[in-house]
Amino acid sequence: MPILSLITYLPLVGVAAITALRLFGKPDDAKSVETSKWIAFAVTLATLALSVLLVARFNPSEAGFQFVEEVPWFAGLSYRMGVDGVSVLFVLLTAFLMPICIAASWKSIETRVHEYMIAFLLLETLVIGVFCALDIVLFYLFFEFGLVPMFLIIGIWGGARRVYAAFKFFLYTLLGSVLMLAAILAMISISHTSSIPELMVYKFDPAVQTWLWLAFFASFAVKMPMWPVHTWLPDAHVEAPTAGSVILAGILLKMGGYGFLRFSLPMFPQASEMFTPLVFTLSVIAVVYTSLVAFRQVDIKKLIAYSSVAHMGFVTMGIFSGNAVGVQGAIFQMLSHGVISGALFLCVGVVYDRMHTREIAFYGGLVSRMPWYAAVFMLFTMGNVGLPGTSGFVGEIMTMTGAYGVSTWTALVAASGVIFSAVYALSLYRRVVFGEITNPKLAGITDLDWREVAIFAPLVASTLYLGIYPASVFNLTQSSVDHLVAVYQAAIGG
Amino acid sequence: MTFSTDLGLAVPELILAGGALLLLVVGAFSPKNAPSIGWASVLVLVGAAFAAATGPFGRGFTGGLIADDASAFAKVAIYAASAFCIPLGQRWFERHAVHNFEFPILILLAALGMGMMASAGDLISLYVGVELHSLALYVLAAMHRDNAKASEAGLKYFVLGALSSGLLLYGASLVYGFVGSTVFTDIAAAVQGGAHTGVLFGLVFLICGLAFKVSAAPFHMWTPDVYEGAPTPVVAFFAGAPKLAAMVLFARLVAEAFGGAVGQWQQVLIALALASIAVGAFAGLTQRNLKRLWAYSSIANVGYAILGLAAGNAEGVQSMLTFMVLYMIDVTGFFACLAALSRQGRAMETIDDMAGLFREQPGIALAMTAFSLSALGLPPFSGFWAKLFVFKAALGAGFSVAAVAGLIGSVVAAFYYLRLIKVMWFDTTAGATEKPPIEAKAIGIGLALFSFPVVLGALVWIYPAAGRAARAFGLA
Repeated sequence: MPILSLITYLPLVGVAAITALRLFGKPDDAKSVETSKWIAFAVTLATLALSVLLVARFNPSEAGFQFVEEVPWFAGLSYRMGVDGVSVLFVLLTAFLMPICIAASWKSIETRVHEYMIAFLLLETLVIGVFCALDIVLFYLFFEFGLVPMFLIIGIWGGARRVYAAFKFFLYTLLGSVLMLAAILAMISISHTSSIPELMVYKFDPAVQTWLWLAFFASFAVKMPMWPVHTWLPDAHVEAPTAGSVILAGILLKMGGYGFLRFSLPMFPQASEMFTPLVFTLSVIAVVYTSLVAFRQVDIKKLIAYSSVAHMGFVTMGIFSGNAVGVQGAIFQMLSHGVISGALFLCVGVVYDRMHTREIAFYGGLVSRMPWYAAVFMLFTMGNVGLPGTSGFVGEIMTMTGAYGVSTWTALVAASGVIFSAVYALSLYRRVVFGEITNPKLAGITDLDWREVAIFAPLVASTLYLGIYPASVFNLTQSSVDHLVAVYQAAIGG
Repeated sequence: MTFSTDLGLAVPELILAGGALLLLVVGAFSPKNAPSIGWASVLVLVGAAFAAATGPFGRGFTGGLIADDASAFAKVAIYAASAFCIPLGQRWFERHAVHNFEFPILILLAALGMGMMASAGDLISLYVGVELHSLALYVLAAMHRDNAKASEAGLKYFVLGALSSGLLLYGASLVYGFVGSTVFTDIAAAVQGGAHTGVLFGLVFLICGLAFKVSAAPFHMWTPDVYEGAPTPVVAFFAGAPKLAAMVLFARLVAEAFGGAVGQWQQVLIALALASIAVGAFAGLTQRNLKRLWAYSSIANVGYAILGLAAGNAEGVQSMLTFMVLYMIDVTGFFACLAALSRQGRAMETIDDMAGLFREQPGIALAMTAFSLSALGLPPFSGFWAKLFVFKAALGAGFSVAAVAGLIGSVVAAFYYLRLIKVMWFDTTAGATEKPPIEAKAIGIGLALFSFPVVLGALVWIYPAAGRAARAFGLA
């Protein structure tokens, strides 16, 4: 059974159904709108079920690609799919967050619901495709087409400056991607193959590697995003609807880190080693500088967006430490950040749906009206800070340990970022949740309803589960990461 | 070669010429039969395409006419695109109270000229082909004669077209003067192992004349005005097929006749390509009229095609042919969509007219979104595959800087394609649109479905066919 293709294209079944509903029915009919939501929810749940099945059948002791599908295409290209220990987790993360996004949009999206659901389902197909593709052109196809649904999600259902944010998001990412496309074509020209497993063992000339690495870096650094090309992210996050932010922070940013792991490190090891100081420098600047910027924000979403940039700094640092601890930590940090930042954006969405503002000064004293909300928000704030017992801790400590083995200074400066993150996250929490209610408009605010509780429950559970038993993730990634690191170290002669 | 085998090579041309003349007589005696003349013309085109695909290959008329994989490939595509434009244009002219039966016949004559361009084997048939198709196009552009803009477009097209024909002729006479023959194979023999400066001088003039025809910068000035003024279905026709024909001729000229001077024409082509990409990308940013915008888009796209040709090898020509066929389908579809749209009896042609189109016409808006994304070069649309192979060929030939410059040009152009999408999807509607005519809507949406997803399957056939065509030019 071609399970990967099944998982990838299952959401398209929902797209087809909702498109038929939209084109051949009345677009504003309440019943049709309701049906489209249920279709989307059912399809994403089915995809999640299949992904769980995939992980259950995945053999963690094998380092190579599994469930490989291969159909020859034209001009030497092939339709190739497969997962290893790294990508299988991202497939699961995507499938896990999607139903949550659909559920979170249930009431807050009131216009063009059909199109919204179509955009999300299409996005799910494309993102899962990115993580499963084993042909470099196929990868690019999924990677690049993913811009379109996100462009529409920000631009149609976003806030006041949505058009500006959507264009900035699209053009920034596109500029990075076309350079990557040039590198991809150059690689195919040189090696005469577009298969990712074959490219991973092909030895490119070190001089060529430098250029290829830089081109891929342009794309992934924007996607990640790394300082100083991160400026599109706060705009995109602030303007995107809640579920859009969840997907953006939870999954789309991870494509950058995944790209570094899948392409930069194994295909251009010499260049990766050469540029490690650059990546480390940019990473610690991201960790320290964006933490300070986050502290000064007046908009809750913008603050969380900047904190995302800081957390991604740990990821790049871990990846380019080039040792098993660092890479494992980076993967873990991406997963954990996917859950925690997604949850934080949902927390913002909860109060935004009620009050229609994200200004920190507007709030204060929510704990007396919304005790459940305060508890949930507390947990994810702690996760964001990296408190032991939550998943946030594991990733940070491991990436720093990994980096410490390569560069003491980097690890030292990055560690200060942990303190800064505590400063901005706790102060946000204090200003929004604690104190007396001073704003009379907040007097009538209501606590989480059952739908919101149901949305947060899986996120709370996974944050704690990953924090307490991180080995569940490492068991899956171990063989693939060990193999990756062994090949990388052998190539750089370390 | 006997005369009868020569004629055997020219079967597609004979079918088209005979069909056009016959239908002209029919029309002159019973002008009421315009719709059936249209459908008969479609049949003639289908017959000619069939003959081109299955006919014998070879060189006839002392090298003046070539039937090979390249001409067959180009002719099938050209005749098919022409056939699409006949119902599109005929119904449009009826709605605009232009009751001339000549429209499909002019298309047939243009198709005949374009077929000759694809088959040209010497400088004379080159010139005859170019002139035949150009003259038909001048008339088509001005056919909506009560419309001042259309007349202006026709006149501009004619004057500047005449200038480019002059350049072509001058170049051809120089080459003939220095080589002593007009046949491509003789020119190739003379150029082998170092070409005389006079011959190269002639080549540059020939290239300039053809650059006019494909509207490559800096010979692009006529394009936006003509696109804006000419009737939309006519633009759908001459934005696609004639460019493909001219590019095939371009490739045959530089590869077959001047294959020995690759190093000389490569630089000229790279300059043309980069200038076109830059002009198309930057000048398009300020356009509000969609027909003008797509004119600049076509300038940029021709730049990409020339970039592929500049690679100077079989892979480059293959990428260029693939590019042009995919581009032709996209551009025909886009203008078909545009021809389908009107509001209160007025054609919708500016970007602002498209506000909220998705609410009004979801099918056409989706099709235009697909064409925009395709023109932008976003996967998985056909425009992506087109550019992919062009850039691969350019990189493979060592033009890394030019390829990267071209890619960055596509990011600049992305802004205006995105703006169109933004207006259609994000903005509130500018009022109800009229029910679109069925043939324009069907062609527009049908070709959009080709752009994605049909292209993913069709490329399995198109790309190798373009490869066989490219090898017919005799490049490595």
